[in-house]
Amino acid sequence: MSAAIGQSGASLAKALQGPAKSLARCSRNQYLRLRAQRPAFTPARSFTASSRSFEKRYTEDHEWIDTSNPESATIGISTYAAKALGDVVYVELPQTDMEVNKGDAIGAVESVKSASDIMTPVSGVVTEVNSALEEKPGTINKSPEGDGWLARIKVTNPGEVDGLMDAEAYQKFTEESSEK
Amino acid sequence: MYFQRSTPNLPTSKDPTTGRTALYDLHLQHGAKMVPFGGYSMPVSYDDLSVGESHAWTREKASVFDVGHMVQYHVEGPGAEAFLESLTPAGLKDLAPGSSTLSALLHPVTGGIVDDCVITRVENGPKHLFYVVLNAGCRDKDYKFLSAALEKWEHTMNPVVQLHHLQANGEPYGLIALQGPMSAEILASALASSCKVDVTKWYFGNSKHITVNLPSGESLPIVAARGGYTGEDGFELSIHPSQTVAVTEMLLESAGKEKLRLAGLGARDSLRLEAGMCLYGHDLDDTTTPVEAGLGWIIPKHRRTKEGSGFNGAETVIPQLTPTSKGGAGVQRRRVGLTVEGAPAREGVQVVDEQGEEVGRVTSGCPSPTMKKNIAMAYVSNGLHKAGTELGVVVRGRRRRAVVTKMPFVPSKYFKLAVSPA
Repeated sequence: MSAAIGQSGASLAKALQGPAKSLARCSRNQYLRLRAQRPAFTPARSFTASSRSFEKRYTEDHEWIDTSNPESATIGISTYAAKALGDVVYVELPQTDMEVNKGDAIGAVESVKSASDIMTPVSGVVTEVNSALEEKPGTINKSPEGDGWLARIKVTNPGEVDGLMDAEAYQKFTEESSEK
Repeated sequence: MYFQRSTPNLPTSKDPTTGRTALYDLHLQHGAKMVPFGGYSMPVSYDDLSVGESHAWTREKASVFDVGHMVQYHVEGPGAEAFLESLTPAGLKDLAPGSSTLSALLHPVTGGIVDDCVITRVENGPKHLFYVVLNAGCRDKDYKFLSAALEKWEHTMNPVVQLHHLQANGEPYGLIALQGPMSAEILASALASSCKVDVTKWYFGNSKHITVNLPSGESLPIVAARGGYTGEDGFELSIHPSQTVAVTEMLLESAGKEKLRLAGLGARDSLRLEAGMCLYGHDLDDTTTPVEAGLGWIIPKHRRTKEGSGFNGAETVIPQLTPTSKGGAGVQRRRVGLTVEGAPAREGVQVVDEQGEEVGRVTSGCPSPTMKKNIAMAYVSNGLHKAGTELGVVVRGRRRRAVVTKMPFVPSKYFKLAVSPA
């Protein structure tokens, strides 16, 4: 079973199109703040020691994936996307054990004004979902790249990760798309 | 009766794709996120509040919306009333000076809605002067429709009508909507001391000539209508293009940002949906009749009779008012409100019955910031339109429960003269 949550329309990238000049600037600050605020257990492997062990990558559709543990990589939406979407009031989560292909819609985030599909950055099997978002969808705004994670996935094709952007490249990407 | 060629001047924006209202720069100064809408670049939200926050702010305090993209006409002349009554089912004979009515321009024969509109008989104006506000998205279509209708009108023995786009020096008049429970106190404190208008005796659907004080020391006369499109008490101010910025800034400054904020199209959309109001191009279109749209109430009694009807599409619309069970034509589909569980149902979403058969489509939908529930408008098969009917909507391939719900979803709070239960 793949793409159980098919149908529906806009990717995050599509939903975020349009003038958003100030967002890239915000996003850098927020991103840095987020990095600084990461829980105590992560900094040890965040910046220096082994860059391979903390692998956070981004898609052009504004999802992120942390493949520190490829058996259970974490997926969410970027700070930039969360900020641009506005208040998230509903989150649709995938089902565990769902088999998904890169680019499949595995969930959706909805604000008052729009609905955006979340596409999985890599192929794999969903191992866990962040059920807390069902009760508190606003967590996505408060901590999009932390507590607001969406799902965990067992990566079946690690090569797909290489095609994604690192934080720096993504930062540049959002700045460029804001200027368009 | 006399004949005089009257050419309506075309309502234009300099660039048809990115027109700017008089408030464009003010929006940017206030951190607006601009989007294209109805041929204009319009604010969808501002940096200070999210759409949901701005929505709540309007329900609790007051917001000012730029609605200068909407098209404002004056229809004037001895034939104005009859001309408008030939195109709309409005009962204009009974419309007192200064009063407004929601109506719709209708296509001949089919009765499909060309555009919905508000028609006001101007207070203290010439005897036959009407002020008509139409949707921005229908600018060109309405213009062609009205011009063609006027041309036809002039080729018959009809009293003269003139159609003017409200503009000065080539710029359209500004239009701002002050909405929310604090609107009346904000407007009252902005009135010039010479202005004798009493906001406590100014009711919903009525227009007044007011005079406001500008920081320059000038007193500016404005026409303002009590009402709006949010379900809240409020006012719409039609302002000379050169003064739109000054009036808006004056209101923002005099009220202060504890009471009044700018609000964009995002909040306007969720507010009007909670208030059960239609958005043309979504909930209404050229193929929808007023009866299907649940707008039968815009057709007053005397326009439902043979003598009174005489409006475009009356032959279709009037029989629809009577259900088939009572010998009328009835309608096949109706606009309803839905309360949706789980995921919000947006425009285009399929509405299904208990067997999973498609019975309609959603035309507008969002999570309601006020009710914390998902609300939607949809057209469903006649018979499934009664409040409480259990239906489903299919969002992302999954069926979600949807219950037909009476509109408005959030009770409207218009300022109306209390009618004592006699």
